Amino acid sequence: MPYLVHSPEERTEMLDAIGVKSMDELLVDIPRSLRIKELELPAGLSEFETMAQITALAARNRVFPDRLTFRGGGVYRRFIPAAVAAVTSKPEFYTAYTPYQPEASQGTLQAIYEFQTMIAELTALDVANASLYDGATAVAEAAMMAHIQTERTEVLVAGYLHPEYLEVLRAFSEGRGIKIRKGSEPSSKTAAVVFQQPDFLGLLTDAEALTEAAHRVGALAITCVDPISLAILKPPGEYRADIAVGEGQQLGLQPSYGGPHVGFIACRKELVRRLPGRLVGAAHDAAGRRGFVLALAAREQHIRREKATSNICTNHSLCALAASVYMTYMGPEGLRQIAEVSFRRAHSLAKRLAELPGWELAFPDRQFLNEFPVRVPKAPAMIRKLSRKGILGPLDVHRWFRELKGVVTFTCTEVNDPGAMDELLAVLES
Amino acid sequence: MSEPLSFELSRPGAQPPRLPEADLASPGPADILPAGMLRSNPPGLPRLSEPEIMRHYSRMASLNYSISEQFYPLGSCTMKYNPVANEAAASLPGFAALHPYQDEDTVQGALELMWRLERALCAIVGVDRVTLQPAAGAHGEWTALRMIQAYQRSRGEVRTEVLVPDSAHGTNPASAALSGFHVVEVKSGADGRLHLADLESKLSPRTAALMLTNPNTLGLFEREILDIAQLVHSAGAMLYYDGANLNAFMGICRPGDMGFDAVHMNLHKTFTTPHGGGGPGAGPVGVKAELVPFLPAPTVERTNGHLTLDFKRPRSIGRVRSFYGNFGMLVRAYTYIVAMGGDGLTQASKDAVLSANYLRKQIEGELEMPHEGPCMHEFVASARNLSHQGVRALDIAKALLDRDFYAPTIYFPLVVPEAIMVEPTETESKATLDAFAKAIKEIVAEARSNPQALHDEPKNLPVGRLDDVAAARHINSYLQGLSEDPVLRWKASV
Repeated sequence: MPYLVHSPEERTEMLDAIGVKSMDELLVDIPRSLRIKELELPAGLSEFETMAQITALAARNRVFPDRLTFRGGGVYRRFIPAAVAAVTSKPEFYTAYTPYQPEASQGTLQAIYEFQTMIAELTALDVANASLYDGATAVAEAAMMAHIQTERTEVLVAGYLHPEYLEVLRAFSEGRGIKIRKGSEPSSKTAAVVFQQPDFLGLLTDAEALTEAAHRVGALAITCVDPISLAILKPPGEYRADIAVGEGQQLGLQPSYGGPHVGFIACRKELVRRLPGRLVGAAHDAAGRRGFVLALAAREQHIRREKATSNICTNHSLCALAASVYMTYMGPEGLRQIAEVSFRRAHSLAKRLAELPGWELAFPDRQFLNEFPVRVPKAPAMIRKLSRKGILGPLDVHRWFRELKGVVTFTCTEVNDPGAMDELLAVLES
Repeated sequence: MSEPLSFELSRPGAQPPRLPEADLASPGPADILPAGMLRSNPPGLPRLSEPEIMRHYSRMASLNYSISEQFYPLGSCTMKYNPVANEAAASLPGFAALHPYQDEDTVQGALELMWRLERALCAIVGVDRVTLQPAAGAHGEWTALRMIQAYQRSRGEVRTEVLVPDSAHGTNPASAALSGFHVVEVKSGADGRLHLADLESKLSPRTAALMLTNPNTLGLFEREILDIAQLVHSAGAMLYYDGANLNAFMGICRPGDMGFDAVHMNLHKTFTTPHGGGGPGAGPVGVKAELVPFLPAPTVERTNGHLTLDFKRPRSIGRVRSFYGNFGMLVRAYTYIVAMGGDGLTQASKDAVLSANYLRKQIEGELEMPHEGPCMHEFVASARNLSHQGVRALDIAKALLDRDFYAPTIYFPLVVPEAIMVEPTETESKATLDAFAKAIKEIVAEARSNPQALHDEPKNLPVGRLDDVAAARHINSYLQGLSEDPVLRWKASV
């Protein structure tokens, strides 16, 4: 059987050493009435047969080429340097456990410490944690921090926050009696104002104004950011946001039908004790050598149990490692170039699309980076037509927002070369 | 042996990577966006060439212990071999390159995989439906409690307490608190099992659920599980199963048959998806029929061989993460289940129990065994017998690191002083178990002859014991504004 190591002889030897005659003697504590005969599952297969089955399933999915993918909505096609997979597929990283024994986990701990530093640099906030599950749970965790910090029970969501992030925020809030309200005017009951920059449609928000509005009533400002946008946009720390969160999929992770990806969270110094999840800090041994350890564990569930800041235990360490390799590969100039190329291409595409008969930018007065909403005559038919031609067309956002009938969002990144845009336009014009 | 930080290796003159150009004439951000929106200083990311980056990470990798190189007898964590075929499966472009908002017709294979995985997990744990959405074990616990809460509220019941054994994982009370429940602790008896009289005295019309793992965190099967289930159900409460210890009895018995109403599973423990140095994992939750309407949306449905995502679930607790869960981990777990089959999974659990009992027998003369055997897939020993030598569980752990073993879980469960929790799993050979037992014997002998030497271990690793107390003090000074060094991140100036 695959992956099992004991031979029948060894099993007998081990039973003898224990001093029992059969396996059943080791299972005596399980009531007879609970024992089952066997699992209702097919018998095991060879690796060859297993992979044939799995490959057949994979073949039933349609893969659209990167360059002909114009759909985003929270998950984006980007160039992923080969260095990323080369590092994350090192078994020393991917088969290690949470670094409970720091002396034997310095590789993981140092990688997380570097990740924390890079996220803090990107957001211009004081401290970032070791990562969270995804952008959605990062928003929810940030809102919980604000609820605890301010002792208030309302969270205000301004603008077009990713609809799935909003749903997760609602699910987190339900159990704790927190009310979610949509709007942009906070009150003295508001724990936090949450907004996305750029928002779900790709539009830029007046982050400074929302942050000021939050602060005027003593609420926290939580901004959900696109990490690549921060090579161009003023970072959250500079407009005095209290907490920045986001989804890190664009930093070197495959779309993978939505996960695993990585959430991140950074905050001002004053809120560090409210942070959920793991934090890595620098420490020294008796010989004065620097190393890294899990720090401020007193916030966490394994110490504080029901009084913990969150129940999070696992983070998304390996995905954070991928993001670290990606950011190190890019460096500040590379990240800026990626962001700029995407910006230029998206603006060129937007201009061309707006010239199609019956098409118009849905919010012509609003700025965007590399994702933008367009109002089109027959969205579903157009998307189907593109699909037939091998193009993963825009995202129909009417599915989530009743008021956005006929509105679709297009995304452009460095992988959508000008030739790909010509192909897109050719199909749309035909 | 140490490796500088990427920030310390960074060189201002390092050339940025060659990347695509825009290749068209279109304005840039500075031409269009108001100056006040733009970043004035670039983020302080390191600047390194690719050769330097690759060496940096390779050197860091060499500082880690991992299941690929070391035995990880980490109790409660089920550190078994991570099959490499799983990795190959997850990286197939037909899975890795899928966009989550592709139309259903173009992702039938992905949905079929999720549907089949759900059916397999239902068969293994004995439930009616499973949600694959939760990203980790703790996330699954919380999801299960939210479903229980929603079910009870739908019946007009106001239940505000969750019972948790004193031997439970810390995530249990934390997950309960996050759902707004008050946590009530139930005591373990002298035999290490749940104290039935104490449970009875704590059950009330306020009780929403009892969170239990079986075998419990001491590695002991709760023999009276059927009585426990009956007590809980007759109080109108529900029974929640913490799946941390599922590796003990696949194909032998099922939580669903024991009376559990909601069952969480850790794909990164029982079903061999790698731990990744602390995630990503996946924490599906299975439920009995009465909780099915409350499952997170969407669910995967199959009609006449056609698969769809069902978002119209009016009584659902909503969504617990974006998209459909950690899909890449689902692919790995499903690949493992197909390869093992029902027969293989059953043998895996039997071997896990066999190995734990064998190892327990090998070291029972060295460390205290506070509870009578047989154990299931893990056991808890205590280093209390070495306390008059001044040797603690922590010292044993560090000494094991020096002998090329990862350490067992220590100081957990809280009910055993100087706890050393050992879970060998089915993928470690008898030779490895023997070598580990030999190391324990040597360490215990050293504890008796030269205890001071143990306090100085580990000596063979990149760093010795790190002073986390001093680190915490430094963080405090920073948080109080008394120091410029954040400790939690690198800074050029300090």
